[in-house]
Amino acid sequence: MPKVTVDGIEVEVEAGATLLQACEAAGVEIPRFCYHERLSIAGNCRMCLVEVEKSPKPVASCAMPAADGAIVRTTTEQVKRAREGVMEFLLINHPLDCPICDQGGECDLQDQAMGYGTDGSRYRENKRAVEEKYMGPLVKTVMTRCIQCTRCIRFATEVAGTPEIGAIGRGEDMEITTYLEHTLTSELSANVVDLCPVGALTFRPFAFTARPWELRKTESVDVMDAVGSNIRVDTRGSEVMRILPRLNEDVNEEWISDKTRFVWDGLKTQRLDRPYIRENGKLREASWGEAFAAIAAKLKGAKGERIGAIVGDLAAAEEMKALKDLWGKLGSANIDCRQDGAKQGGERSTYLFNTTIAGIEQADAILIIGADPRREAPVLNARIRKRYRMGGLKVGVIGPRHDMTYPYEHLGAGTQTLKELAGGAGFAEALKAAKKAIIILGEGAVARKDGAAILAATVALAKATGAEFNMLHTAASRVGGLDLGLVPGASGRDVAGIVEGASKGEIDVVYLLGADEIDMDRLGSAFVIYQGTHGDAGAHRADVILPGAAYTEKSGLYVSTEGRVQRGQRAAFPPGDAREDWAILRALSDALGVTLPYDKIEQLREAIAAEAPHFAEIDMIVAAGALPDLPAGELDAAAFETPVKDFYLTNPIARASKVMAECSAQVATTKRVQAAE
Amino acid sequence: MSVRRLAANQPDSFEFTPENAEWANGQIAKYPMGRQASAIIPLFWRAQKQAGGWLPEPAIRYVADLLGMDYIRALEVATFYTMFNLQPVGEHFVQLCGTTPCWLRGADELKEVCRKHIGPEGQVSADGKFSWLEVECLGACANAPMVQINDDFYEDLDIARFEKVLDGLRAGREMTPGPQNGRHSSEPLGPLTSLTSIPTSSGESK
Amino acid sequence: MLEDKDRIFTNLYGLGEKGLSGARKRGDWDGTAAIIAKGRDWIIDEMKKSGLRGRGGAGFPTGLKWSFMPKDSGGRPHYLVVNADESEPGTCKDREIMRHDPQKLIEGCLIASFAMGAHVCYIYVRGEFIREREALQAAVDEAYAAGLLGKNAAGSGWDFDLYVHHGAGAYICGEETALLESLEGKKGMPRLKPPFPANMGLYGAPTTVNNVESIAVAPTILRRGADWFAGLGRPNNTGTKIFSISGHVNRPCNVEEEMGISLRELIDKHAGGVRGGWDNLLAVIPGGSSVPMIPKAVCDDILMDFDSLKAAQTGLGTAAVIVMDKSTDLIKAIARISAFYKHESCGQCTPCREGTGWMWRMMEHMASGEATIAEIDMLLDVTKRVEGHTICALGDAAAWPIQGLMRHFRHVVEERIVSHQGGHAQVAAE
Repeated sequence: MPKVTVDGIEVEVEAGATLLQACEAAGVEIPRFCYHERLSIAGNCRMCLVEVEKSPKPVASCAMPAADGAIVRTTTEQVKRAREGVMEFLLINHPLDCPICDQGGECDLQDQAMGYGTDGSRYRENKRAVEEKYMGPLVKTVMTRCIQCTRCIRFATEVAGTPEIGAIGRGEDMEITTYLEHTLTSELSANVVDLCPVGALTFRPFAFTARPWELRKTESVDVMDAVGSNIRVDTRGSEVMRILPRLNEDVNEEWISDKTRFVWDGLKTQRLDRPYIRENGKLREASWGEAFAAIAAKLKGAKGERIGAIVGDLAAAEEMKALKDLWGKLGSANIDCRQDGAKQGGERSTYLFNTTIAGIEQADAILIIGADPRREAPVLNARIRKRYRMGGLKVGVIGPRHDMTYPYEHLGAGTQTLKELAGGAGFAEALKAAKKAIIILGEGAVARKDGAAILAATVALAKATGAEFNMLHTAASRVGGLDLGLVPGASGRDVAGIVEGASKGEIDVVYLLGADEIDMDRLGSAFVIYQGTHGDAGAHRADVILPGAAYTEKSGLYVSTEGRVQRGQRAAFPPGDAREDWAILRALSDALGVTLPYDKIEQLREAIAAEAPHFAEIDMIVAAGALPDLPAGELDAAAFETPVKDFYLTNPIARASKVMAECSAQVATTKRVQAAE
Repeated sequence: MSVRRLAANQPDSFEFTPENAEWANGQIAKYPMGRQASAIIPLFWRAQKQAGGWLPEPAIRYVADLLGMDYIRALEVATFYTMFNLQPVGEHFVQLCGTTPCWLRGADELKEVCRKHIGPEGQVSADGKFSWLEVECLGACANAPMVQINDDFYEDLDIARFEKVLDGLRAGREMTPGPQNGRHSSEPLGPLTSLTSIPTSSGESK
Repeated sequence: MLEDKDRIFTNLYGLGEKGLSGARKRGDWDGTAAIIAKGRDWIIDEMKKSGLRGRGGAGFPTGLKWSFMPKDSGGRPHYLVVNADESEPGTCKDREIMRHDPQKLIEGCLIASFAMGAHVCYIYVRGEFIREREALQAAVDEAYAAGLLGKNAAGSGWDFDLYVHHGAGAYICGEETALLESLEGKKGMPRLKPPFPANMGLYGAPTTVNNVESIAVAPTILRRGADWFAGLGRPNNTGTKIFSISGHVNRPCNVEEEMGISLRELIDKHAGGVRGGWDNLLAVIPGGSSVPMIPKAVCDDILMDFDSLKAAQTGLGTAAVIVMDKSTDLIKAIARISAFYKHESCGQCTPCREGTGWMWRMMEHMASGEATIAEIDMLLDVTKRVEGHTICALGDAAAWPIQGLMRHFRHVVEERIVSHQGGHAQVAAE
C-alpha cells in the first residue's frame, strides 16, 4: 500500500487510490467540481490541482494515482494561485444571479468561491449566454450557469444507463443537452440535479418555491417502492416542499427515483382530510364519532367469516399490526396484505431479497424471472447496473424484453423457460458455474393464479443451482405485512376470496386500509370502509371514509424487500381531521368495544417486536433461514408481465400528483414518437 | 467559433444509397469487432457528400443506428468537428483560411472577394452556387493565401487569381486546383534550391 | 547546406515519377525484409542511436518512445497510430509526404509496427486533406497489391494491415490522446495521463502515436545507418528536417534541410530571402503558431534546432517558420493566433475553455488599442493561469504566442494603447 505525505502528514492508502483520496485520508480538504466518487474521473474542472514534489506543473489530484513516496503540498502559493485561477475562469462566464438562483445557499460554486476565490473580477468582457435546454418536466435548466463539469453526462451514461445527455459543440461554445432536447427517460433522472454543482440543473417542480435555509429537514424512508430508499423530507410549516436522497451505502447509495423525489405534490391534492359517510348514495362530511358509529353498526356483532380486511401498498407496520389485532378480536381470519393477490407468505426466506441490495455487487450471475427491476425498483436496478459495469456479470431474463440499462440474455417469456432451466439447461449452467449466482423473482410472477407454483419452481431452481433466491417486491408494506402475518388464517379468505365473497354476498363488510388496487366494482353490496389518504379508487367506493396520514405525516416502521427494518419520521402533520393510522384503528376498536391494548405507539411497537423480534432491529437486516422445499404445482404457460404498467402512477399519492401525471404523459408521447420513428 | 446549430429545415429521412451502404460496410470492417463507432467520421463525411455538402439531422440518427451508437454521442461528434456542415452550403463551398500565415499574405483581401462575389459569410448565394466560411489553418501555409473549394485546395491566390477561380466555377468550367501562380506544389517559385540532382518524372534533372 | 544525396524526401515536391515504381527507383522498399530480419531490438536501438526526435512538435526521442511499448501485453493487440492530423498553423510538411512520398511513410509504418509488435496501424489524416488522403490511400492500395502490406508484408514474415482514417476539422486531434479518442469515434478530447498510450491507448491497448515525418524517415535511417543520420546536425539535434517557410518571404516553400541550419541561411537560400531584404525582418515564429516569436535580433544568428531555439525561449516545434516583415501588425498577427486557439479549444477543461476566449478578446483590445497598460500585465497573468494548468498542451500553446509578443514587443503594444488614448497613458483606467 503506497505511503503518501500530504502537507507533512504521512498516510497509507489503498493501492490504486488517487492523490485526492490520499489528501482526504490525511484530513486535507481538496476543492472539486467535476470529481464525484460514484462517477468516472473526468479531471476537467482543474479545481483539485495540488503540488507534487518533482512535478514541474500542478497535478489534478482527482486523476493522479497515489504513488508510493509522493510528497503532496496543498497550501503552497502555487496551489493557492492555481485554485484562484480556476475559480476566476469558472466565474468569468458564470452569471451573478445567485439571488434568483434555486441553487443559492447550497451551491458548490458559491461555497468554493468563498473559500478559494478572490474578492473581485478582472473580466471586462460580456459574459456568455447559453440557450436553455428542455430536459423534461423534472429537470429545469439555466444553462448559462453551467460550468461544464459533465457530472450529469456521466451520471446518465454510467449510473442510470440511459446515455442521453451529452456536450455538443466545443470550446467555450460547448453545451450540455439531450438529443434535440428530448425529455430524459431515466427513472433516476433528477439525481443529475443533486450532482450539478451549480444552478444549471434544478428541480422544475421546486422552482422558486423555497430557499434551502427556510426548510426543516426530516430524515425518513420512502414508500414508493419496496427498496426503502433513505430520504430527507424538507418542509416549510406543515407543507412538504421537496424530497431529497439521504446517503445509505447499503440501500440507495445517494440516489432516489424520480417518483420518490417528486411525488410530494401528490401529498397536497385529493387528500381525505375528514371522515365521510355515504348517505343516499352520496358521501357527506362527518365527525369521527359519526363515522365510528356507522362502522360499529355494521361490524358489531358481525360474524367473523362475513367480514374482510385488505391492506394497501403504503401501510406501515403499526397500522397493520393494529388492524390484524382488531380483526382477531372480531374473530375474523379474512385478512390479507397482498392486494395484488401474490402467493407469498410462510418462510421468510421465500419472500425476502436475501442477497441484499448491496450484496448484488458480489453476484456474477443473475437470473431475473418475471420482473422489470428498472421500473419496479429503479434504485435497485442501478445497483445491478453498477455490478454490470464492474465487468464479468452474466444476466439472464425470463419475461418481457425491457431496456434494463444493461445487456442480458433473453431466455424466454414464460414458465416454459423456467421448466427448461429446472432441467439444468442453458442458463442454469451459468448459475451453477457462478461464484455467487442470484435469482430475482418478480412480484408480477407470484401474483398470477399459478404464483405459488412459480415460487416453488423458482425456489427449487435456486436450490438446484446453488443460487440465492430473491423476491423483488413492489409494495413498501408487503414484507412488513408478511412478517406480521397479515395473511388469511385457517379457513380465512385471501384478497381474491374477500372480493369474490363480497360480489356473491358472502362478505358483508370490507375494510380497506389504503387498498386501492383491487377491483372495486366487484365488491357487490358489501359495506366498504376505506381508511387512507387520497380520494382514489377505494374512497370512491367507500361507505365510510376514515382519513389517515401519509408516510410523511407519521412515524412508522417499514420493512424493505431485503428485510431491512427502517423507521420513517413525521415531517408534517396530516391535513385537517386526518390522524395517524394506528391511532384511528385504536380509537375504532374502542368504539367497537374491543379495545386494543396499546395507548401509545411505543406500546404498539413493543407488541410488534414481541410478535416479530426483528422489528426492534432498526436499520438492520435479520437474515432469513434456509430455503424450504415448497410443494410443486401446475404452471400456466402464459408469459410473465410486470405489475408496474406505468412507473409514475403506481399508488394513490402518485396518482394525485400533477408532476407524476405529466411524466406519465411524457413517457407515452416518447413511446409514440419512437414508434413513429 | 459561434454556436453551431442544426438547420431549421430538415429532410424527413436519410438513407445511404446502396453504393454508399456497401462502402460504409467496408469502412466499418477497418476496425475491430465491437469498435464500429470508429467509423463515425468517415460515415458522416460520406453522408454529408450524399446530402449535398451538409449533414442533415436524420443522417445523424441514421449513421448512429448503423453503428449502434447513442444519438447524443453521434450528435456530439457532428457538432464537435467543424467540417460537418449542419446547415446547407452552396454547390461550391469555399473555406477560406484566415489564420496568421494566410492572413500575412492577404487572406483579408480574399475575404473581401468572397463578400463581393458570394455575399455574407455563411449564407448560400441566391443562385445556390456558392457559400463561404472563414476557417482555421488548412495546412498549406507555404502556398498561402489559399482556399478550399469542396475537396480541392486553390493556392497562391491573390485577388485576381481568386476571382478567376470563382468566375470559372460559376460559369461551370473545370478549374485546375493547386497553386494558381504556376508552381507545381510547395517548391519555391522559380529555380529549385534543393533536389536539383534528383531526376524528375520527365527524366531530366532541374 | 544539405546535399541532395543526404536528403530523405527526394520527391518532396512531387516532381519525380509517381507511384510505387517511382518510389522504388528512389530507394523505397529496398531490403525492408532484411531490416526486419535484424529484429525488434536492433531496430529500436538503431533508432535510438540515430538521435531522431519526434517531428510532430514535442521532440520526444522516437526510439525511446518505441521502446515504451510493453514486450508482453497478455494477448492485447498493439497499435501504431500515425498522426497525420497536420494542423499547426504554419505547418504543411506532412501533406507533401502523403501526396508525394507516401511509400516512405508506408514502409516506415511496417517497420515501426514490427518493432513495436503491432500488426495493425492507422494513419489519422486531417479531414481537410481530402486529396492527400486519396493519394495516400492509392499508395496503400498499391502496396497491398504488391504484397508490401497484408500477410507476410514485404516478405518479412510479419502480418501487417494499414488503414487510412481521417478527421473532420479539429486541431486538437493532433494531440495524441485526443486523436485516439477521435479514432474511437468520439469527440477529440484529450485524455488524462497517466495512463499513457503505451499502456492504454487505442481501444485500451498499447499504442504508440508518431508523427508522419518521424515514421517516414525511419526506413532511410535504418538503411543508411544511425551514424549517417546522427552525423547530420548537432548532438541531441540530429538529422534532417522538413522546414515549412511561410509569410513574408519572396519564395515560400517546404524544404528538407539539415537540423541546426541557421534561420537566415534557411530563409535566404531556399525562400528567396525576406520580402524587402533581411533588414526588413521584424520577427519570426520559428516552429508553428504555438511557439513564441523571436525578434530580428535573435533571428540574425539563431540556429534551427531544438536546443538552440529552446535557449532563445522559443522552440523548434514543427519547424514551421512564419516570417513577418516590418509591415506586419504583430499584435493583430498574434490576436489571430489567439482566435485560432479559442476556435480549437475542445472545451473540456476550465482554464483552456474559458481562458482561450478571454485571452483572444483581450488580444483584440490590444490590437485596437482599446486597453490599458495595466491590462497587459493582467493578460500576461491570465496566460500564466492557463499555462501548465490544463489537461493537454493546447493551453500552453495558446499562452506562449502572447507571452512571446509581450516579451519582445511590449513597447509596440504600449504604444498602440497610448496612441489610441490620444497620447496619454491611462495607467489605471479602472
